[in-house]
Amino acid sequence: MSDSPLDWMALANKKAKGKRPEFFDEPEDDRIYSILIALVGEVSVLRTRLDTVERLLDEKGTISRDDIENFAPDREAGFERGALIREYILRVMRGPIQAMESLQEQEPPIEDVSRELKEI
Amino acid sequence: MSKNNQAPVDVAPPYQAVTRHGVSPKPSHDEAARFDFLANFNKVLSGTLGPGNKLAYDKRVLPTFKKEHGREPKDRFEIRHAMNKDPFHQIWSASKRNSMEMRQQNGRAMVLRQLDELDAKARALNESVPDTLELNPDVQVPRYQAAVDIHCMPGSYHGEERPGDVSAGANYDCGIFATTAGGLGALSDGGGAALADWIRKERPGWTPRRILDIGCTIGHNIVPVALAFPETEIIAIDTAAPSLRYGHARAQSLGAKNIKFIQMNAEDLSRYEYGHFDWVQTTMFLHETSGKALPRIIEEGYRVLAEGGLMLHLEQPQYSDEMPLYEQFIRDWDAFNNNEPFWSAMHALDLKGIMQKSGFAKEELFVTGVRAVVDRSIFPEAPTGEAEDHGRAAVWNAYGAWKGGKPA
Ligand SMILES: C[S@@+](CC[C@H](N)C(=O)[O-])C[C@H]1O[C@@H](n2cnc3c(N)ncnc32)[C@H](O)[C@@H]1O
Repeated sequence: MSDSPLDWMALANKKAKGKRPEFFDEPEDDRIYSILIALVGEVSVLRTRLDTVERLLDEKGTISRDDIENFAPDREAGFERGALIREYILRVMRGPIQAMESLQEQEPPIEDVSRELKEI
Repeated sequence: MSKNNQAPVDVAPPYQAVTRHGVSPKPSHDEAARFDFLANFNKVLSGTLGPGNKLAYDKRVLPTFKKEHGREPKDRFEIRHAMNKDPFHQIWSASKRNSMEMRQQNGRAMVLRQLDELDAKARALNESVPDTLELNPDVQVPRYQAAVDIHCMPGSYHGEERPGDVSAGANYDCGIFATTAGGLGALSDGGGAALADWIRKERPGWTPRRILDIGCTIGHNIVPVALAFPETEIIAIDTAAPSLRYGHARAQSLGAKNIKFIQMNAEDLSRYEYGHFDWVQTTMFLHETSGKALPRIIEEGYRVLAEGGLMLHLEQPQYSDEMPLYEQFIRDWDAFNNNEPFWSAMHALDLKGIMQKSGFAKEELFVTGVRAVVDRSIFPEAPTGEAEDHGRAAVWNAYGAWKGGKPA
């Protein structure tokens, strides 16, 4: 069964059957957003790896690749790493989060404020 | 776990905290970190950003709709079409769809990289107890399973990368953690664990002779029931061989030896006679069937159920006239954006009516709420209300009935 090795990297990327919905008005925006979010995920992975390295160095002063691969956070470290990821996600998702905030309160355009200030 | 004077931070448990069984894919450091990202990303999308959809609706989409049409939207579909033009909802939906696709890519990358080992482990476990796995290549994949790849899972439950493999089951198993942000517990079996708890309270001292689990996939939710009733003979059926191969191996390694996994289409249970089972159930299954198959499966289930037996279907709540249209719309997200083509129609069905048509009397029916039972010291309570991740929240309704009434 394992005589013909799988090209797993290519196969992992397989598209699911079923037409993909377009979310944005321009289809290119959908393509670019997919790249962007994948990149956001990979930066998070790098940061988590760095956290692992830091924790292992704190604990042992020197580390191997195996140490990294086999690292499993205890409960407290797991929480701290989750909080780190969450904080990171909130930072990169600032735009949509602020857009949501601005929905709560209709704000006048700055031009209007500017006109007002001239008069007071 | 929050530091003093800080609000509790809603963080997903680390993927490394999941329980590994005999056929679990082993994540590399970065593969685990990818799932950690996705689990927390999903939490932010549902908890932090989810309520923004309602705000956009109330403040922007609904007023515009009313101005254009001179009336309120008449159904969830009109709301969806209007919301799909809203910039906030667009970026939210695009984020969520990407998270689903990344979950598949990440899961497949982890599984396919080590497929030789996974297949070998599954084969060894399956060959050690050949009697409890029955595959039948004549069983066809129904159209409703083949029309699209359900929840954007390439190859769906039945796809193979090479003949006889377990890739579909392994990918399904590992990634459900990411999409539910750990809400289903260490073995993603919080629903089944809840059922086992529920029945103990509902009918103390009862040991069913035989249970039928329809559409078991890899047995996430039947294993805890099997472990709770080790004397009970359990039949778990599914049309997807790769999921059954993996599920059987997984059950062996978790010590659930009383489940027989059979490749069979639930629309035809003619192999079993009237009243063969004391308990017939589906968990998160009915929404992946079709308009004609669903009543057929319930009818067959009724037929093979014994007098005094229990039928139970665990699902996300059905839509009703009392459910606000906006909530119906947001609960419908997966239908159109995550390849769940029967989801919307299924949730609008009169399930109770269908169960009555199959033979149950109205008084025999009940609906009850079920919440995932998981190790709360590590795994989170599933949020409800606005912050709920509709479509995969770890809280369900159980649509049930006792045939001929619940025995005293
Ligand atoms: C959403 S999954 C069910 C999840 C599972 N019950 C659990 O709790 O983990 C749906 C499953 O139903 C199977 N299926 C779909 N139609 C079926 C049919 N007519 N007969 C048997 N299995 C079916 C699919 O192959 C798939 O594995």
